[in-house]
Amino acid sequence: MTEERPKDLLSGNEAIARGAWEAGVTFASGYPGTPSTEILENFARYPGIYAEWAPNEKVALDAAIGAAYAGRRALATMKHVGLNVAADSFFYASMTGAEAGLVIISADDPQMHSSQNEQDNRNYAKFARVPCLDPADSQEARDMVIAGFDISEQFDTPVLVRPTTRISHSFTMVESSDERLDVPPRIKKFPKNPQKYVMVPANARHRHPFIEKRLQALKDFAETFPLNRTEWRDTELGIITGSVAYQYAREVFPEASILKLGMSYPLPMQMIADFARRVKRLIVLEELDPFIEEHVRLAGIPVEGKSIFPLCGELNPTIVRNAAIEAGLLPAEHFIPPTELPEKMPPVPVRPPVLCPGCPHRSTFWAIKKLHLPINGDIGCYTLGVVHPLDAIDTTGCMGAGIGVAHGASKSTGRKHVAVIGDSTFFHTGIPALANVAYNNSPVITVIMDNRVTAMTGDQPNPGTGKNLMGGDAPRIELEPLVKAMGIKHVKKVDAYDEKSVETTLKEFKRLDEPSVLITERPCALLPEVRKTYQPLKVDLEKCDGCGVCVRTGCPALVRSSEIHEESGRAKVEIDPLLCTGCDLCAQVCPSEAITFRAQMDELAFATHI
Amino acid sequence: MKTINFLLAGVGGQGVLMASNILASVGMLAGYDVKKSEIHGMSQRGGNVSSHVRWGEIVHSPIIPDASADFLLAFEAMEALRYLPMLRADSVVLMDRHQIVPVTVTSGDAVYPEYADIEGTLRQISPNVQWVPGVELAEEMGNARVANIITLGLLSTYLDVPESVWKQAIARRVPQRFVELNYHAWETGRKLRETVNA
Repeated sequence: MTEERPKDLLSGNEAIARGAWEAGVTFASGYPGTPSTEILENFARYPGIYAEWAPNEKVALDAAIGAAYAGRRALATMKHVGLNVAADSFFYASMTGAEAGLVIISADDPQMHSSQNEQDNRNYAKFARVPCLDPADSQEARDMVIAGFDISEQFDTPVLVRPTTRISHSFTMVESSDERLDVPPRIKKFPKNPQKYVMVPANARHRHPFIEKRLQALKDFAETFPLNRTEWRDTELGIITGSVAYQYAREVFPEASILKLGMSYPLPMQMIADFARRVKRLIVLEELDPFIEEHVRLAGIPVEGKSIFPLCGELNPTIVRNAAIEAGLLPAEHFIPPTELPEKMPPVPVRPPVLCPGCPHRSTFWAIKKLHLPINGDIGCYTLGVVHPLDAIDTTGCMGAGIGVAHGASKSTGRKHVAVIGDSTFFHTGIPALANVAYNNSPVITVIMDNRVTAMTGDQPNPGTGKNLMGGDAPRIELEPLVKAMGIKHVKKVDAYDEKSVETTLKEFKRLDEPSVLITERPCALLPEVRKTYQPLKVDLEKCDGCGVCVRTGCPALVRSSEIHEESGRAKVEIDPLLCTGCDLCAQVCPSEAITFRAQMDELAFATHI
Repeated sequence: MKTINFLLAGVGGQGVLMASNILASVGMLAGYDVKKSEIHGMSQRGGNVSSHVRWGEIVHSPIIPDASADFLLAFEAMEALRYLPMLRADSVVLMDRHQIVPVTVTSGDAVYPEYADIEGTLRQISPNVQWVPGVELAEEMGNARVANIITLGLLSTYLDVPESVWKQAIARRVPQRFVELNYHAWETGRKLRETVNA
């Protein structure tokens, strides 16, 4: 038996990492993406494992599939939209199964806290005939990863575990074990079994009936799976629910009977039918799509769900309670009156996320804007180039989309477009899109903003960093030779902080009728080694006339002061020394030469020192 | 055992999450079921950050329902104003006087509210509103980052949890070399109760 340890307060992501380690996982691969990122970051700290960041989710999943084919329990982690990228692999893995357990984490993002959509990935489970587990807290996140590996091996199927942002980023108590399952490799040699692993049509046709049969067996399993359970209380109201919605159901309907589904696909239809028979009014409480609801209705069982609770956005106890009272599920006295807001109150200024002080993307956007061309953006910190006052992004869709969109728009109209993409996103899905620009020859100006890390999710290393997830040294993929090898003739690399060079190069590229690539290089200003070099700049208030050009760079370190320029009547600008990193962009754009450059600050410091 | 709801608010980089980690640990060590919920993501880049901490016999939802916060701790002067729908007539609001001016104000698109208006607005909902000179006192201690712990020290005077539990939680969550400084900050915050009347 395993030893009991005191409970820990773990986030859902920490608990998933814990569960994977306890389940004996030795191989994990993923691509960073909120809210999934911390799973691998935590897993990488456990002993006796290997973990890596892959360039994208498809590569990560293929790698995990390879490890599972080779008989090692394997984990792949990604955010919900990452599974779109990995979908092709997800489907063949369902067809082939593997030799050892394979669990895929898809962290969904209801409310789009940090995403471009709120797709409900339970649909992928159904689409690919793969079981899906939906944890309702960190304990279940840990338990379901362990259960997921058992299910995977018992049924020869990948298993999808689907936390949501609220599960991944909430901390709840977890009981776990210090002992790790000893899972020896299930096979000695890589399998030679083409009927199972080579999905040519003749073999695939045999596998399709297998996965349909497997699904039937999983349906039977779901009927007795202990993480599907009925909690009998009052039978006036019966609620079918799972994931975090279960917690809201318990909070808002403490008296109701609940069918708690830990497995959202396939569903235990017998269990559901029995539950339905014994309750007077049946509802489904689930976030996003009416996924369970539609299955229940398809079985001919009268049920309500999305007619009561919203389909868009995250649920919370207040939304659930108010909707329930409106639908007559709760008596009116359960209503918690909303706080009466004062009639007169000061407007609260918003704090939009902005490019950080010293962000090397800022100067690049400043220069790109001067081309007056449409700008097709991508996913990363630089998406924040859309924020006022830069207003420098015209489209953003998904990872790697910008270059393709720019190419199509340019090719079909004969007009020039600029595509901006970060280094990590370029490695992710930008490379094939740029190959298309080169191959089919469009005059797209591609700007690769190379800050050497995957910054948006917290500065994770990528193939251009020189480090891997485990902290070891790694080769750095150099962008310039890579791009030149595609046959693109006009390629230049400049320091992102050198606004003049960025601008001159872009203007030169604008005259061309061929593909061109500008690499703006400068490490992310948040990297620890860069933080050590911060040197706040100063405004010479004698020279500043408050024209505000510097403020239009959108740098948070530039603040209007209380000092007014006499002639113009405008407030002069100050620099917040706690925020300024000394990137020099404001000094470069100031028409009055009122801002000292970093080099001048060094001289000043030197002079004072003497 | 009644569930106690704490809402912590501030700006990315202020250590809101560190404070909520300590508060969650205190609850655990004091024998409560604890849940804590927050949204990361884009908040590192100057956005507002909030964290929900709940202590109770059994806590279900990790999110505090509207009009149900027992305590609102705002580590920046105007941030409390964003969470008015979470408050009720007996909520305790502790808010740091420290200002972090957002870019929307710098660029002239918005105006930073006056202290009197911030306080006046909150007082129309609950009388238990208290400014905390957290950052100011922390700077006197030589480290502005312990401002949150000063506010937690003041918070502790409203809760029936032994001092030793708070210190154990602090020791568990902050780096070893900062433990003494954090104890000092917590004690400083605790003493504030004698001078304030909230």
